[in-house]
Amino acid sequence: MQQPFDHAVDAHGAVVLRVCRAVLGPGPDADDAWSETFLSALRAWPDLAEDADVRAWLVTIAHRRAIDVTRARARRAVPTEQLPERPSSWGNPDVADEELWTALAALPHKQRLCVAYHHVAGLPHAEVAALLGGTPAAARRAASDGVAALRRALAHRVDGLHRTEERTRP
Amino acid sequence: MTDLTARLAPAADADVAALRDRLATRAEAEGLLDVRWRVVDSPVGELLLAASDRGLVRVAFAAEGFDAVLATLATALGSRVLRAPRALDPVAGQLEEYFARRRQRFEVAVDLRLSSPFRRRVQEALPGIGFGRTASYAEVAALVGSPGAVRAVGSACATNPVPVVVPCHRVVRSDGAMGGYRGGPEAKRALLALEAA
Repeated sequence: MQQPFDHAVDAHGAVVLRVCRAVLGPGPDADDAWSETFLSALRAWPDLAEDADVRAWLVTIAHRRAIDVTRARARRAVPTEQLPERPSSWGNPDVADEELWTALAALPHKQRLCVAYHHVAGLPHAEVAALLGGTPAAARRAASDGVAALRRALAHRVDGLHRTEERTRP
Repeated sequence: MTDLTARLAPAADADVAALRDRLATRAEAEGLLDVRWRVVDSPVGELLLAASDRGLVRVAFAAEGFDAVLATLATALGSRVLRAPRALDPVAGQLEEYFARRRQRFEVAVDLRLSSPFRRRVQEALPGIGFGRTASYAEVAALVGSPGAVRAVGSACATNPVPVVVPCHRVVRSDGAMGGYRGGPEAKRALLALEAA
């Protein structure tokens, strides 16, 4: 790719962060996955074909880096009295949004990834299947089951939003 | 589920800027960048500052189109081009002092590899014309030992990749007229007026 790497960050930085958060939950792990994704991308950038689909390429890298981050977290996971205080980029979370993240995190892993890569990143089911293994039909089904589960989890919100706010913000 | 991306969007957009700065710092630390750049305000409008590994490689005026300038740099020096504010802090600081008339000389590494050998020779000689002074194109031609090359000196000034820092604005026509300038005649006039004040 001959154009400045800035273009990749400008055009796709936000969507890659949403994907990382959808896969890992908002917080330091998602931030780390984002950083590792763009560092890897920066290294490989000059060798990327001019006609490449940059967003799909970045999402593929993000998928791998998210796996790395998950493994690293598992390795360094030791029982501790207190959680270390790490700066979070998760600024000013809305109660309603928090519910969505929780529902997303509660999905079966495959469904969560299919929702992230299809609905958040905008990859076609066929590309999601190529990334995760399995058939496009299975990827489509997992994404649609995942979205249905999210809808169910958030269904109460239409009339329940105020109650939720009163409960969590006394 | 269109509302899904909408719900996840705002926070992500707000946080990319911070992550981007962190990326620039790490990319710099790992030696991954071909070009780092930033934009600064100045009395002659916004200026793009870009540096290679060797030093300041380009100063551009807004009229040149920053995107076009960066695209050219990516082709010439490599496409690992990233906005990285901190790397250019020293240059930005010296420019600020210069425009406040608290600095007469720049002390930054300059990379003139984008210039052909003759133009480079001219551009290397330009800082010899001190703050507040001017020289004619013919005088500069004589200075670099090519008294017949007045026109070529004009081209060397016109294509100076690091204007302001390499003071091509101090070269004027023998009849006293200002001559052309990459940043436009107003910018050249403004710089000469700043230094004459």
